Amino acid sequence: MSRYKMHVLVCGGTGCVSSNSIQIVENLKKYLKENGIEDEVQVLKTGCFGFCEKGPIVKILPDNTFYVQVKPEDAEIIVKEHLIKGRKVERLLYKEPNTQTAIDDSKHMDFYKKQMRVALRNCGFIDPDNIEEYIARDGYQALGKALTEMTPEQVIEEVKKSGLRGRGGGGFPTGLKWEFAYKNKSDQKYVVCNADEGDPGAFMDRSILEGDPHSIVEAMAICGYAIGANKGLVYIRAEYPLAVKRLKKAIEDAREYGLLGKNILDTGFDFDIEIKYGAGAFVCGEETALIHSMEGERGEPTTKPPFPAESGYWGKPTNVNNVETFANIPVILLKGADWFSSIGTEKSKGTKVFALAGKINNVGLIEVPMGTTLREVIFDIGGGIKGGKKFKAVQTGGPSGGCLTEKDLDTPIDFDNLVAKGSMMGSGGMIVMDEDDCMPSVAKFYLEFTEDESCGKCTPCRIGTKRLSELLDKITKGQGTMEDLEMLKTLSETIKDTALCGLGQTAPNPVLSTIDTFWDEYVAHVKEHRCPAGQCSALLQYFILEEKCIGCTACSRVCPVGAISGKVKSTHVIDQDKCIKCGACYEKCKFSAIIKK
Amino acid sequence: MGKIKSLEELKQLREQYKSKVDIREKGDQMEKMILVRVAMATCGIASGARDVMDAFIDEVANRKLDNVVVSQTGCMGYCYAEPTVEVTIPGKEPVVFGEVNKDRVKEIVDKYIIHGELLDGIIPVTHKTVDD
Amino acid sequence: MSDVKVTIDGKEVEVPKGSTVLQAAHKIGIDIPTLCHLDLHDIKMVNKAASCRICVVEVEGRRNLAPACATPVFDGMVVRTNTIRVLNARRIVLELLLSDHPKDCLVCSKSGNCELQDLAERFGLRKVRFEGAQSTYRKDYSKTIIRDMDKCIMCRRCETMCNDVQTVGALSGINRGFNAVVAPAFEVNLEDSVCTHCGQCVAVCPVGALHEENMTWSVVQALADPDKVVIVQTAPAVRAALGEEFGLEPGTLVTGRMVAALRRLGFDYVFDTDFAADLTIMEEGAELLDRIKRYLDGDKTVKLPILTSCCPGWVNFIESQFQDLLDVPSSAKSPQQMFGSIAKSYFAEKLGIPREKMVVVSVMPCLAKKYEASREEFSVDGNPDVDISISTRELAHLIKKANINFNELEDEEFDLPLGESTGAAVIFGTTGGVIEAATRTAYELYTGETLEKVDFQQLRGMEGVRVATVKMGNLDLNIGIAHGLGNARKLLEEVKSGNPRNLHAIEIMACPGGCIGGGGQPYHHGNMEIIKKRAEAIYREDAGKPIRKSHENPVIKELYETYLGHPMSERAHHLLHTKYTPKDRV
Repeated sequence: MSRYKMHVLVCGGTGCVSSNSIQIVENLKKYLKENGIEDEVQVLKTGCFGFCEKGPIVKILPDNTFYVQVKPEDAEIIVKEHLIKGRKVERLLYKEPNTQTAIDDSKHMDFYKKQMRVALRNCGFIDPDNIEEYIARDGYQALGKALTEMTPEQVIEEVKKSGLRGRGGGGFPTGLKWEFAYKNKSDQKYVVCNADEGDPGAFMDRSILEGDPHSIVEAMAICGYAIGANKGLVYIRAEYPLAVKRLKKAIEDAREYGLLGKNILDTGFDFDIEIKYGAGAFVCGEETALIHSMEGERGEPTTKPPFPAESGYWGKPTNVNNVETFANIPVILLKGADWFSSIGTEKSKGTKVFALAGKINNVGLIEVPMGTTLREVIFDIGGGIKGGKKFKAVQTGGPSGGCLTEKDLDTPIDFDNLVAKGSMMGSGGMIVMDEDDCMPSVAKFYLEFTEDESCGKCTPCRIGTKRLSELLDKITKGQGTMEDLEMLKTLSETIKDTALCGLGQTAPNPVLSTIDTFWDEYVAHVKEHRCPAGQCSALLQYFILEEKCIGCTACSRVCPVGAISGKVKSTHVIDQDKCIKCGACYEKCKFSAIIKK
Repeated sequence: MGKIKSLEELKQLREQYKSKVDIREKGDQMEKMILVRVAMATCGIASGARDVMDAFIDEVANRKLDNVVVSQTGCMGYCYAEPTVEVTIPGKEPVVFGEVNKDRVKEIVDKYIIHGELLDGIIPVTHKTVDD
Repeated sequence: MSDVKVTIDGKEVEVPKGSTVLQAAHKIGIDIPTLCHLDLHDIKMVNKAASCRICVVEVEGRRNLAPACATPVFDGMVVRTNTIRVLNARRIVLELLLSDHPKDCLVCSKSGNCELQDLAERFGLRKVRFEGAQSTYRKDYSKTIIRDMDKCIMCRRCETMCNDVQTVGALSGINRGFNAVVAPAFEVNLEDSVCTHCGQCVAVCPVGALHEENMTWSVVQALADPDKVVIVQTAPAVRAALGEEFGLEPGTLVTGRMVAALRRLGFDYVFDTDFAADLTIMEEGAELLDRIKRYLDGDKTVKLPILTSCCPGWVNFIESQFQDLLDVPSSAKSPQQMFGSIAKSYFAEKLGIPREKMVVVSVMPCLAKKYEASREEFSVDGNPDVDISISTRELAHLIKKANINFNELEDEEFDLPLGESTGAAVIFGTTGGVIEAATRTAYELYTGETLEKVDFQQLRGMEGVRVATVKMGNLDLNIGIAHGLGNARKLLEEVKSGNPRNLHAIEIMACPGGCIGGGGQPYHHGNMEIIKKRAEAIYREDAGKPIRKSHENPVIKELYETYLGHPMSERAHHLLHTKYTPKDRV
């Protein structure tokens, strides 16, 4: 048996794969072989490292070298310099954005320093297609422990005690949910894993399934044992082909090892998992809609009660948890509820994965203990705002979350604090906005999303969100009235109060969480027909500064509508009536003589 | 692979598979690790650094030392004393051993790594660690 | 079940556990407005979409408002139905609905019968504060039902009716968000879908999104044409419901006034479909006895049970969904078509006019009858046996249009000969009626004895599926009855799986309650009592008839003697029987 001296981990998450990371793996293997050290260095693809901003990522162990934006052709130099001669390839090392110093040990990266990886413990660490690596990392020990040493009641009690709450958006205590399903007696029950991740920008569930699929398989089996179900279903969107592939492989391997199927570990417990495909409708993240979709019905929610724990899939008691929630389960059983509940805040235990996006330096996937402040996440881990701009707001909770501002930066992030601030945890999307982002436009953007994703069942969501986005459209075009602003508020509150499911009830959050804080900005659009952030193109005007214009004619030549006039070497002028605000002149001018306001 | 029949069997498998991820586990907790770095530049390799490295790896594995990481580095600049090995115990200054051979490996592991006892062959530390 | 105590608007009420807030409120006279909700529990049709959100109420301790129609009560629940929060929310929800609804109420087919309009009036809404995009869809015209989805409010009643009650599965929600709408699969036209044209979707649609093809103007034109002899036939269920359109109590029989009104409208002959119903019994009864006799004689090829074939919605259903059972129903045409066939042969010959000169109008409680009348097999050289089929509602419009004060009319009698009928024919209008009528005749023909007690109570009622045995001499005749296509499906599946209950005859009506609950009847607005009262009226009419067995109808006797020969004769086959063909639809 060959004994490897070094491991080279190449990110095999969807993001890095699309940047050709599989070719990196191939090339590395090729050069290792050429140099005769293929038995000394192991190359493998792993799940996501989270640092997607700089993918593809290549990590070398044991020295924790973290190479970023690696190209397939870089494989040669990595092999020759680093793997053979022990010299790190300086130009591929990650550089801190502010100091531009290269970091040669990933442990020293700000991005990882404050993270605590529980749900993502195996992502970017093991080969997801290799069940042996999962077993080496204590895989299936929790299932073994539950089956041999614990009663179902004890498992439920442990999960309850851990304080784990649903990571999919609702934040409902997972143990209680299990208990409801456990208490409803039935000849058949189901465990459903909700892998229908729908928040734009959020991809933690995909990453877990791609990077550590066995943790989900194991957790579902544990849940099945706890509630008395022997059938599991994973509802996954067909747009996640890589996650589907890895999950399928994990299920097959688990069966082969006897960790799924009949009489698991000779305990008499049977459990198996089937994959169901969704078409990626946002509303199917709502558990009743998800169940209808799995039954082949139209994916739309129904009123609860009855809850799925009473009457779910085919009318049988069904427990639905999302991927990230499940990913925490094996750790809780192995390390104990007390360990888990020592992390986090009083009412939100453990860690939470967030997908950082927007105007932030380190776009990617992170996991932090509950109670970490927004400031730490955005400025320490996230590396602050891109281009040194000023922070304006952060949208949490996906499209139906709310916007938090400067004053909320020191709020410890947990379920209840976010709700108290008018936003929500959601599935953990976090989109950062800077001074160039116009809040009414942001609200409009999200409303257009929910309007499209509404199933159309109930009136407030079907028509209400449409009217909201129409009102916002009017406002961002400078055609709104003060009555419109009032109606925006009233309608938002009514939708929140009357919509049938969580999607509709939270759809107005982007309005409700911005309209008070940024009231002046809304009013400026209405009364002054002005967009303070300069984002609403309908309200922009381009001007040429007399003192800077040298009359080079570049702007007038690029203008598609002939709105700019002026003689060579004399100041040019923009005819505001003709201008279509395309911004071509602004981009073209080399003398910063064109401004927009 | 046949089906796993018991928790006991699963635990055995875990032990068996541990070495697969061993290097990664250690890298993940580098700050707690005793780091052994073998200089593997041309000069080192020519004087037998590869064998030395293998010897270290075997020794660490045989003694089940899960707090020791064996790694390689480039030329440390002591070409006259190759093969050279730098050992860093957390909280202590790095120590460089020169002219290391298979027998010396055993000795270094025994005395310095396990017991922290100094021994002959240490190159005076006037150098900086490779990272700097 | 145990009772729970609930306080609604300060009033305490005890209701069984599992009740909804709406039911609890109803019990103490609190009338929470609803729109999508529809509870026809007698036929197991409960629309619980809870989608319109009009019925929202405040529940103490609950974060958001709760839909009264779908929220179960719990002990100690405190509900408020008329706070400013509730009223404001309801108003906005209604305004939202109206903001995406055409404003052509003045010319809408549901005007006056529209539940959305009623709500706007009830709320005193005088302005819709929202403007914006309007949903527009292609109008779908079929021979029976018109889908105008611009008006759809997504209450989903039609879907519940079509899928859950009728199990036809022609309609379902498609698209998302603002573009969500109810449509046949792949948005095909209704006529290319599995739709049976039963019209139950129209019967429950609260707005003008689903309505019938209105043929009243064609009738007016025919009546105005001096070259045409225009005759009318009226189905039995029409007389038990037409009065409702003129403000009369449900269950008021208006046979005499209806005849008078039709005469004033200018019909040359006012006849009765009941005549043809008697004729149907002669043919269908003979077929039943023939099959039974052959069966008892040991003929293994004979198909039993025999299924009635009067209901066109049901025929559409079996042709598209039970194609392997097409040899099971009776081959007898429906009364409407028998009437048309006889009118344009026997009666036209009597009058000495060619069939092209005759216009046969039928007044039906049914929309599928429009479809049936248009079937190619029911025409001769392109001239249909029944030219125009109108619904009960359309007849009411005709009468109103012609300035006839319906309630002041004196009763008049049907014309002869095709207006003569028996009590057996009248009960065709309600579930169980056809088979009871057939039994009255079959009994006497089979046993040769006179049937003294003609009321077969065991065949009556509102249960969805009923099975009864009638003793006919040495034969125990096992009868199955189903009304509503979902119930029909159950019996058909039973027949398919080998007929374990050994049924000899089955009556099937597509509409819940039978024809009295037909898709062309005055809107019942979710009140099941209305349908029950219509049934009572039908049985009342039967009881008051001097002749109550079809084979005793003197005109029928004469028709056989002078024209048809005997039941199932060659001429009878040609004029009064049909064939079923598989229809592949989506």
